[in-house]
Formats: sequence, C-alpha cells, structure tokens
Amino acid sequence: MSARVLSLEQPAERTGATREIRRYARAYARSAASMAGLVIVAVFVLVSAIGPWIVPYPEDARGAVHLDRKLQPPSTTHWFGTDEVGNDVYTRVILGARVSLQIGLIITVVAAVLGVPLGIVAGHVGGRLGETIMRVTDVFLSVPALVLALAVVGALGPGILNAMIALSLVWWPGYVRLVQAKTLALGQETFVEAARASGSGRLRIVLVHLLPNCVSPIVVKASMDMGAAILAAASLGFIGLGAQPPYPEWGAMISHGRNYLPTWWWYSAFPGLAIYFTVLGLNLVGDGLRDLLDPKSRG
Amino acid sequence: MLFGLLCLTFAISHVMPGDPARLAAGPDANESMVETLRARYGLDRPLGVQFVRYLGGVVTGDLGQSLRSRNAVLDDLVRYFPNTFELVTLALLLAVVVGVPLGMLSAVYQNTWIDHVTRVVSVSGVALPAFWLGLMLQLLVGLYLGWLPLGGRLGLTATPPAPITHLLFVDALLRGEWRTFADAVAHAVLPVVTLCFPALASIMRVNRAEMLETLRQDYIVTARAQGFSGFRVVTRYALRNAMIPTFTMIGLRYGWMLGGTVLIETVFDWPGIGLYAVNAAVSSDFQPIMGVTLVIGLNFMLANLLVDLAYGWLDPRIRRASVA
Repeated sequence: MSARVLSLEQPAERTGATREIRRYARAYARSAASMAGLVIVAVFVLVSAIGPWIVPYPEDARGAVHLDRKLQPPSTTHWFGTDEVGNDVYTRVILGARVSLQIGLIITVVAAVLGVPLGIVAGHVGGRLGETIMRVTDVFLSVPALVLALAVVGALGPGILNAMIALSLVWWPGYVRLVQAKTLALGQETFVEAARASGSGRLRIVLVHLLPNCVSPIVVKASMDMGAAILAAASLGFIGLGAQPPYPEWGAMISHGRNYLPTWWWYSAFPGLAIYFTVLGLNLVGDGLRDLLDPKSRG
Repeated sequence: MLFGLLCLTFAISHVMPGDPARLAAGPDANESMVETLRARYGLDRPLGVQFVRYLGGVVTGDLGQSLRSRNAVLDDLVRYFPNTFELVTLALLLAVVVGVPLGMLSAVYQNTWIDHVTRVVSVSGVALPAFWLGLMLQLLVGLYLGWLPLGGRLGLTATPPAPITHLLFVDALLRGEWRTFADAVAHAVLPVVTLCFPALASIMRVNRAEMLETLRQDYIVTARAQGFSGFRVVTRYALRNAMIPTFTMIGLRYGWMLGGTVLIETVFDWPGIGLYAVNAAVSSDFQPIMGVTLVIGLNFMLANLLVDLAYGWLDPRIRRASVA
C-alpha cells in the first residue's frame, strides 16, 4: 500500500519541482541584465572548456618564443596582436579563461567549505565556541582581503598556488558571518522549535532544517564572490605575487604588458577587457540570482 | 579586536608554513645565512617567546626593520602613511560627493536616461579591474592627450613644502606654495579617480536602492501631500533615511580602498604604504608587510567606529537608545 502511495506521489512531486524551476527560470529571464550576464558567463565557461582546441597557436600557452613575430599589432592573423616574445595574445587570453575559472571556483568552494560549517556551529551551537569563531571571523574581516592576502603570500612566497591558498584563507569569514546570522534567525522559527520539541537531534536539525534554508543566500554570495575572487587573484598577479610568467593568467599578462605601454597597448588592453567582461557577467548573474532567491538582501 | 589583529599578523609572519628567513635570504643563500637571519629576527626562539617579544615590540613602537630600506619599519610607515591617507580620503570624498547625488537622482528619475547611465556606471565600476582602469587612464589622459602627469606625487622640478602636518596638500596650502599645490593636484587626479570609481559605483547603487525604498514610505507621501516641495522632501526626508545603509557601504568601501591603494599606488608610483608593502612583498621583506597590515587593520577599525558614530548622528533612535 505504502509503495503504491509513493509511486503516486513521486511524479506529482517531480512535476511540482519542474514547475517551480520553470517559474524561477521565467522570472530570471524577465531581467535583460541578468540574461546578458548569463550569456557572458555561458561564453566564459564554454571558452574555458574548449579553449585549448579552438586557439590558433596552442604552443603559445606556456611561452613559446617566436621573435620573428614579436609585438605585432592586432591583425587578421593575430586578432589581439602579439607580445614581446611573439606569443599570440588572443591565444593566451582565451586560455586564461580556464585559469580564471579554476581560480574563482577553487577560492569560492574552499571558502564556502570552511565558512559554512563554522557559521552553522557559531549560529546553532553558540556558547563559548560560537563566540570564539565569531571573534576570529571579526579579526579576519578587520583587514581588507587584498592586504591580508598580500601578507599571506608575502609569508608563503609568490606563485599561483600560494595566491589561491592566501585568497581562500581570507575569503571564508564572509560565509561564517552570513550563515551564522541566517542560522540564528532560523533558530527562532516555529518549524525549528517544533523539530526540537519532537526530539530531533542537533545534527538532524542542522542537516534537514537549517542547511537547506541557508542554501539560497550561500548560492547568491558564491555567485557574487566568483567575480570578486577572479579580480583579487588578477590583482595579485598584477603586483607580481600571483601567477608567474609565462603562465597565461590575465593579471600577470597586464602586469607584463604594462612595460610595453603606450606603443604596444594591445598587450595589456585585451586581458583587462577579458577580466572586465567575466566579472561583469558573474556579477550580473549574481544580481539576478539574488533578486530571485534572496530579494531581502538587495542593496 | 586589536589584540586579535596582533595575533593574526603574528600568525601570518611566524606560524604559517612559509619560512620568512629563507625567503628573505633569497634562493642562493646557504644554510648558515638563513640561520643568521633566523636568529636576527628571533625566529629560532619558541613561539610563545616570539609572541611576547612581538607584542612588546608593537607596544614600544618597534615593528622591526625593513631589509630593503634598512630603516625601522615604523619610520617608513610614518613617512609613507600620510600619502596613502591623502589618497584614500580624497577618493572617498569624491566617491561620496558624486555617488550619493547620482544615486539619489537615479532613484528620483527612475527608468529615465539618467537612471540607465547611472546603473551602467554602477555595474561597470565594480567589475573593472582598478589597476587596469588606472593603466588605461594613464595611457589615454596622460600619454595620448598629455593633460595630466603619469605618476608620482610631484613633478621632478617641484620641491615639496617644508613639513608641518606631513600631508602634502595641507602643507602646500599652509605655506602658501600655490604652484606646488597645483602640481600636487594634477598628480593626484588620476589615482584619486581610479581609486574612487569602484567605491563610487557601490555607493551609488546602495543609495539608489535605499532611496527607491524610502520614497515609497508613507511619511514621504504625507510630506508631499502637505505641500512640501519635491526637492525638500527628497533631500531632507528621504535622503537622510537612505543614508544609513549608504554609510555602511561607505565604511566597507573605505576598507576596500585601503586594500585598493596597494594596486593604485603600484600603477601610479604613489609613495604610500601600499607601494611600500608591494615592494616589500616582491622582495620577500616580511616585516614591512606585517607593519602595513597592522596599520591598515587599525585604520579600518577606526573607520568602522566613525561609521557607528555617524549612525547615531543620522538616526535619533540609535542616539537615544545608546544614551539610555
């Protein structure tokens, strides 16, 4: 009997979920800016995925030397021109997309994986442990992320891996603050009180009631943070502490190209535009998701 | 908080797996050179002893010595900080003076061309890499148009005024050195505009959202119904209430700007603590970096305190609650 009830309920639930997703998709599509962001992000992800197969000069990714074609202006053979050792800037910008996507994803995921559990402990368990977590979080938040990352990279030594470690280390406190506030607010809700009264354990309350309700703000923050993390990693690359040449990272390319301004402007200009459009796209998608999932936090 | 900040800078410089002595000694250094440096920094002592020495040093103003400049870090910070302070303050002022009215106008004239332009600027401002914007402005305004100098605080021929406050603008004004003042202004335009742009975008965006929310409130409708002029309603009633969240954003953005100076000072060769920290980080000179982190953290805390005080000034309910 129970099996029959289940088999009747499941398709209905699935239809309900599908309808819900469609409703969200329609609401998202109503905003032109959000859709523009989605298109930019889709192109960015696609380029990151297929980049190595579509670039005209794949050997230029790791700094091949072709002095016969160095510092050529944009043309039909080199759309974004070439750099000081003859590498095709277009090839390196396209391959830089994958590097940036990896950087953005790793920093955001590590920060969320560290920050979300700490936020839940601080908000739900509270006590001295919660207090300590929040104090440490506040200290981390009292120094601008870029300066703190600079200090960490200064201690660890320059390089793309150390830059990612540094940025992940300074990125998590934002998630603690967000999840702690949300968990505290949810703790007062009737459904959590009811779960507690009916004898649900702490772990069950966290996994079944608190965490699913924290997902929307976490997704919104993560989507906004991707762009900021890419920007921060490019900033470290620019000041010479992130990716080191000839690694095709946009910030490092701008830093290197800076020495060839103003005559060979394309060397710095195109990687900068790539960062701008990528971060713009991610921010627009983040905005759209926030309006959809967490409209109260709009600011 | 201050103690926490000290613990954090100590942890970064002394506890993290990197070896500052080895980094400072350079890749070609042999083991005895590294050991010498380790002994000089006190890195060979137990962590507890190092921490007590570090706290004692900070309390007595001893932040260590820079390997690059061979000066005491505190002396370098005292020398460079006024330049950063002037840059950040001017950029913040510009961001507020332009951002708040634009956010207000954008809300009052919602869905008109003013609103559209403002929104494009606000979305772009946050996405543009500030260091790249700085380079492009240097290229366009400095090199192609030749309107403004490319970097530094003063031209090669200008002599800085004898210090009174150590703030170049203030000292030039106090000494009546107008030519130096004009030269300093010309040198400051591009870095200030570049640094202010992302902050301006955020302030504009928050102010617009808050104004839109406030303009729908009943008391605004009532004020309009009572015949107050549109200008008075917007500036006296709506703006004041919309400014509370805007102030939060200003405080946050001040922190971002302190971080952003690291990039902007590098682009414009601005002799502040940001450039000092970058030069130190690139040459693995870790004590100046820790000094800069501490100073920037302290400033950020101070700014947040000022923002809290501003809340009280703006919102009588907060003022009365804190008095009670």
